[in-house]
Amino acid sequence: MDNNELLAGTDPAFTVNGALRQFGPGPANTTALEWLRSNGLTGAKEGCAEGECGACAILTAQPDRHGGTAWTAVNSCLIPMASLDGQELFTAEGLGTPAAPHPVQEAMAAAGGSQCGYCTPGFVCSMAAEYYRPERGTLEQAPADDGGRPQPWSGPNGFDLHALSGNLCRCTGYRPIRDAAYSLGSPAPGKPEGDPLAARRGSQAPPLRSTLLERGDGVFVRAATLGQAAVLLAANPGAVLVAGSTDWGVEVNLRARRAPLAIAIDRVPELDAIEVRANEIEIGAAVPLSEIERVLGDRVPLLRQLIPQFASRLIRNRATLGGNLGTASPIGDGPPALLALETRLTLASAAGERTLPLADFFTGYRTTVRQADELVKSVLIPLPLAGLTAFHKVAKRRFDDISSVAAAFALTLDGGIVTRARIGLGGVAATPLRARATENSLAGRPWTRETAEAAAAVLATEGTPMDDHRASARYRSAMLANALLKLHADSTSEQEARP
Amino acid sequence: MSSLSQRPQAPVVGRAVPHESAVLHATGQALYTDDIAQRTANTLTAWPVQSPHAHARVRSIDTGAALAVPGVVQVLTAADVPGSNDAGIKGDEPLFPSEAMFRGHAVAWVLGEDVSAARAGASAVAVDWEPLPSIISLGEAVAAGSFQGVARTVRRGDAGAGLAAAHLVVAGITECSGQEHFYLETQAALAVVDEGGQLFVHSSTQHPSEAQEILAQVLGLASHDITVQSLRMGGGFGGKEMQSHAYAAVAALGTLLTGRPVRVRLNRTLDMTMTGKRHGFLMDWEAGFAEDGRLLALRAQLTSDGGWCLDMSEAVMARALCHVDNAYYIPHIELRGRVALTHKTSQTAFRGFGGPQGMLLVEDVMGRSAPLLRLAPEELRQRNFYRDGHSTPYGMPVRDAGRITDIWEQLLDRSGFAERRRAVDAFNSAHQNRKRGLAITPVKFGISFNLIAFNQAGALVHVYKDGSVLINHGGTEMGQGLHTKMLQVAATALGLPLASVRLAPTRTDKVPNTSATAASSGSDLNGGAVKDACGQILARLAPVAGAVLGVPAADVRFAGGMVTGLGVAGGGVPFAEIVRQAYLQRVQLWAAGHYRTEGLHWNPETMQGEPFKYFACGAAAAEVEVDGFTGSYKQLRTDIIHDAGDSLSPLVDIGQIEGGYVQGVGWLTLEDLRWDGGDGPNRGLLLTQSASTYKLPSFSEMPEVFNVHLLEHAAEEGAVYGSKAVGEPPLMLAFAAREALRDAVAAFGPAGRSTMLACPATPEAVFWAVRDASAAAAAPKPPEPDSGRPQPAAVRP
Repeated sequence: MDNNELLAGTDPAFTVNGALRQFGPGPANTTALEWLRSNGLTGAKEGCAEGECGACAILTAQPDRHGGTAWTAVNSCLIPMASLDGQELFTAEGLGTPAAPHPVQEAMAAAGGSQCGYCTPGFVCSMAAEYYRPERGTLEQAPADDGGRPQPWSGPNGFDLHALSGNLCRCTGYRPIRDAAYSLGSPAPGKPEGDPLAARRGSQAPPLRSTLLERGDGVFVRAATLGQAAVLLAANPGAVLVAGSTDWGVEVNLRARRAPLAIAIDRVPELDAIEVRANEIEIGAAVPLSEIERVLGDRVPLLRQLIPQFASRLIRNRATLGGNLGTASPIGDGPPALLALETRLTLASAAGERTLPLADFFTGYRTTVRQADELVKSVLIPLPLAGLTAFHKVAKRRFDDISSVAAAFALTLDGGIVTRARIGLGGVAATPLRARATENSLAGRPWTRETAEAAAAVLATEGTPMDDHRASARYRSAMLANALLKLHADSTSEQEARP
Repeated sequence: MSSLSQRPQAPVVGRAVPHESAVLHATGQALYTDDIAQRTANTLTAWPVQSPHAHARVRSIDTGAALAVPGVVQVLTAADVPGSNDAGIKGDEPLFPSEAMFRGHAVAWVLGEDVSAARAGASAVAVDWEPLPSIISLGEAVAAGSFQGVARTVRRGDAGAGLAAAHLVVAGITECSGQEHFYLETQAALAVVDEGGQLFVHSSTQHPSEAQEILAQVLGLASHDITVQSLRMGGGFGGKEMQSHAYAAVAALGTLLTGRPVRVRLNRTLDMTMTGKRHGFLMDWEAGFAEDGRLLALRAQLTSDGGWCLDMSEAVMARALCHVDNAYYIPHIELRGRVALTHKTSQTAFRGFGGPQGMLLVEDVMGRSAPLLRLAPEELRQRNFYRDGHSTPYGMPVRDAGRITDIWEQLLDRSGFAERRRAVDAFNSAHQNRKRGLAITPVKFGISFNLIAFNQAGALVHVYKDGSVLINHGGTEMGQGLHTKMLQVAATALGLPLASVRLAPTRTDKVPNTSATAASSGSDLNGGAVKDACGQILARLAPVAGAVLGVPAADVRFAGGMVTGLGVAGGGVPFAEIVRQAYLQRVQLWAAGHYRTEGLHWNPETMQGEPFKYFACGAAAAEVEVDGFTGSYKQLRTDIIHDAGDSLSPLVDIGQIEGGYVQGVGWLTLEDLRWDGGDGPNRGLLLTQSASTYKLPSFSEMPEVFNVHLLEHAAEEGAVYGSKAVGEPPLMLAFAAREALRDAVAAFGPAGRSTMLACPATPEAVFWAVRDASAAAAAPKPPEPDSGRPQPAAVRP
C-alpha cells in the first residue's frame, strides 16, 4: 500500500453550516450526531440511535452524477464523523434562524407541523432535501385537480412524501407536516441574495479526502481505491468496512461496539459505478440505494418495486447492496430480489477477484463464503430480464419496517407457459434462499390459477419459518403461499384496479 | 354565562396561532433537557446497571472493577442514599432495589466522564444475582393470584337480573396489549448544585412539584432546597408524569455526592426496557341486549397488567371503570377492576389513562354483537346513546347528553356516511381479494383528575413598567400547546396583543405545589389560574385608568393594548401608560393566581360521585381497505367532529385531535409490545425494545383523506373562556379505525356473523380474522376456533 498517501491525511475538517470546523479531540468512532451535539449544534436529536426515527437528520452535499451537488438527507446518528472529512453539512440551525427562517422551516411552523418539536429539525432537513431536488417540479406545473382521491404520496408541487418516510413524529399524526411539504414553492437559485443551498447545487460536490484518524479507541482510514482498501483489509482482517454505515452505526450505538480499524469505502470509484452492458448490469457494492433507484428504476422493474420498500429514504441515501449482502441478514430486503434476478456477485481481495452466483454466497445465519480479506465489489444482474416480476414484502408497518417475509418473483412467460421461474425468499430461513422446488413446480406449466395454487402449496413449505415478535411461523408460511396467489391475481387483472 | 367562561370582544383566545415555540422547533433552537446538559461544562453522565433477570434478589454488588474503568468517577448504590431509598409516592419503588422486579430494572448507577466510560463501568459492575420465580403474562398473574392495590367495583342496578331478562346475551373476552409512549425525547434529567447546597434540576417531566418532593424524600432535604424546572419535553403522553422522577433523583444524588453536574439521558433501549407503558388489559364480559338492540346489562371483570409496582395503576383502573360506558346508557352494570402484579416495567399513565381500555370493552361488545342483533353497528351504537336525564353507572348526571347525538348526526352527514356505505358495499361486491370497511364510533370522556386535590393550579403574572407581561404557571409543555394557550389566555384577560405577553419556564420556585400536567386538564386548571392573576392586576389598574380617563373604574375597558373608558371619545390610553402611572402610584403590578375546579366529589370506596367537571365528546368515521392475501390494510379516509368547547386555540386543538387519533390507531392496530414469556434465558425480556422492532405510525398510517372539524357553538360553562380539554379524548376516536377493519373483515365472511379481531389488529391478526371469515363463508357452519386467540361469543338467542 501507499503509506505516503494515507499519511497525507490531516485532522479531519468539515464545512458545517458554512463554517470550517476541525474534528478536534474525540474518539475515532465518534458519530456525526455526537460530534454535532458536543460542538454546540444540538438541533439534531437522538431519538432511536438506529436510523429509524430521523430526529438526527442532517443535509450533506453529495455529487449528483451530473457534475453538480445534491443536498442529501442522512441519519447523522449512524455515520462516523470522520467519514465526512472534507464534506459540507447543514443542520437545521444552519438552514435558517428564528429571525430569518428557511422556507421549509417557515412552512413547518405555520402549518402546525411541530408540537413537541423534538423531531422537527430532522423533518426540516429531510424536507429541505426534497425541496432542493431539481427534478421535483413546481406548484405551477401541477396538473389540475381531477376531483378524485388525492395521490397519497405526491404533492401538487411534486413533493415526494417518501422523502419523509424515515422521520417519525409521535405528536401530529403527520397531516400538517404533509401539508407543509405540499405547500413549498421552488428555491431561488443564483441570485446573490438568494438561497446559498440552491446555488450550491450548480457546482461540484466536495471531493473526498484521504483520511487517517488515529485515536485511543481505534483508527479510521478512508481508502482512495479498491486496491488500497483490499491491501488494508488483507493486513487487518478484523477491520470494519464502512460504506453507508447504516448497519455498523447501529452496532456502535446500541451494542457499544468500536472498530479498532474502520476502512471507509463509500465513493471508492470501483465500488461506486453503475454500468449497463448488453448482457448484464453491474452495480457497484457501495452505490447508495437511492442512486440505484434513480439510475435503474425505469430499467429494472423488480428494483423499482423493491427499493421504495427498502427501509426509508434517509437510509437509502446511505445504504448499499454491498452492505445488505455482506451482513447476510436473513431478513434483508435486497437478497430475495437479487436472487430472483439470478444475480452474481464479485468479491475482490488483494489477491484478485472472483465471481459467483448469489445463491452460493450465503452459508448460514449471517455467514457467507466471503473470506476475511475479501470485500463485495459489485453485483451483476444478467440481461434480459424476466417479463413478470414482483416483490412482495409483508411487515407490520407499510413503510420502513423489517420484513416478516419477503418474496421476489421473476417469471418468464411464453405463450402463457411459464418457461422459467426464479423466486427469492427472505425471512423464512437462516439465510435468504431460492425457492427451487416452487420454481420447478412452475416451470413448463401454463400460468393459470390452478398452476399458481399448486405452486403456492409448494412455496408454503419452503424454508423453515420461525415464530418471533414480527410474525408467527404459520403466518410466514401462509404469506409465502399467498404471495404467489397474489402475483397471479395481479398479473391477470383478477384483482380490479381501485375505482 | 359564568365569568370564567365569558369571552370579551375580539379575544386572542380562539385565534388559530402556531405553537409558541414553532419557529424555535423548526430552526433547531428549542432546547430540551439534554441540550442544556451539552451546554453545561464538567458534566458527568450516569448509566444504569440493569438486571438480566425478570426477578432476582441482589446478593451483593461489587463495584471494584467498574471503578477501575478509565473515566468512571463513582458508582451509586443504596448505601449512598441519604434519605429514603424510594422514588415513588407509595413506598413501593426503591430507587436502588435489593430485589430486581423486572428484566432491565436498574439496581445501581455508574457516573462517568462521558457516556462511553459510564456505560463501560456499568457493564463492569459485578452483581451476584439470586434468580427468583417470575410472573410475566396476565394469565400467569391471574392463575397465581398475583395482584396489587385495592380491587374496585362500579355497580348500578342488577346486572344478573338484567342479563337474565335479556333477549340476547353475548359473552366474550377482550384483551389488549399495552403501548409504549415513544416520546421522541427519552427520559432526561440534569442536576447541578450551587454554593449554598441548593439543587437545581432540569427534568423532562410533566410533574415538577412531585419531582421536587421525591428528590427531597430521597436526599433527605426539604422542598425549599430543591428547584425543578421543566423547560419543555419532547413528548410526554403520560410517560413523564411519574416515571421521570427516578432519573431526576439519580442525577440529583450524583451531583450532591460529586459536586459536579450530572446528566441522565436514557437511550431508546434503556427507556423502553426501564420505563412503564400503557396497561394491557384482560376483560371478561357478558352483555345482555333487548330485542331492539338496547344494551340492558353488562357484567365484566377487568384485570390490568400493573407491572412490578403500583405507580398509578389504581387510578388508571378507576378511570377505566368510569369509561366502560363510553357514550352508552347501560341500566344494569357491574364492573369489577383489579390490578395484576407482574415482573415487567411499572405500567403507568398514558394518554387516556385507562379510558381507552374501558371503552375498548364496550366498543368490542358493540362491534361483535351488532351482526347478531341484525343491526348495522352504527344503528346499534346510536340506539344506546345517553339521553338527557341519564346518569352514568358511577352516579354522575350526563349533562349535555344531546351533544353526543348532535355530533353523531353532523358527522354522518358531513362524512357522507350513507352514500359511502353503499359505495363500500359496491366495492366489496366487485372485489374478491380486497374489501373495504366503514365505521363510525363515539367518544365521551370525563375531564378532571379522579384525585380531587389535583384539580387546582397556580400562576404568577408580572406586568413590568414598560407594559410588557411575563407569565408563569404550573403546567408543563410537552408539545400539547399549553403554553400557547396560556399566552392567549393572558393576552385575552389583559386586553393585550399576543406579542405583549411572554412566558417563562415552568419551575417550582415560581409556582409551588403544582399538579401534574395530565388528565387533559392543563388548560382548564392553569388557564383558570392565569386568568385569575390577570383579573387581580386589572382590578388594581382599573381605578388608575379610571382616574386618567375620568370614568369610574367599572367603566374602564382593556382591549387590544389600549385602555378606554365607556363614553370617552378617542382611542384611549396605551396599556403601558396606565401601567407606568400605576407604578408611580405604588400599585402592585404582579399577582399570583389560583384556580380550583368547583363541584367535584368522589368516593373511591363506593366508586360513586361526580368526579368530572364535564365530558368532552366526539365522533370519528373511518374507512379502510384490507388486502385479503396478507391482512395488510390502508387508512383511506377519516372524518372527525370533536367537541373542544369554544376552542382556545384551534390550530393547537386540531393538532391534538389528529395526533391523538393517529396515536390511538397505533395502539389499536400496529404497536405490538412483545415480552418473552417462555422459560428460557430471555424470560421477561421485552422483545420489541427498539424503533426497529416496535413500530409507531409513520406517514403510511396517516389517513389519506383526513378531515377534522371542531364542534361549533360548543361553549362550556365550567371552563376558562368556554373551552374544553382536548389532550386525551381524541385518542379514543381511533376505535373507528378498528371497527372499520372489523367491517372490512366481515365482508370476507357471511352476513350476520360476529367478527372477532385481536388487539392490536396487526396485519397478521387481520389476516387470521379474514381467514376465519372466509372459512365461514365457504362452510355451512362456523369453523372451530383457533386456540390461543379470543374465543367466539357464546350466543344465547
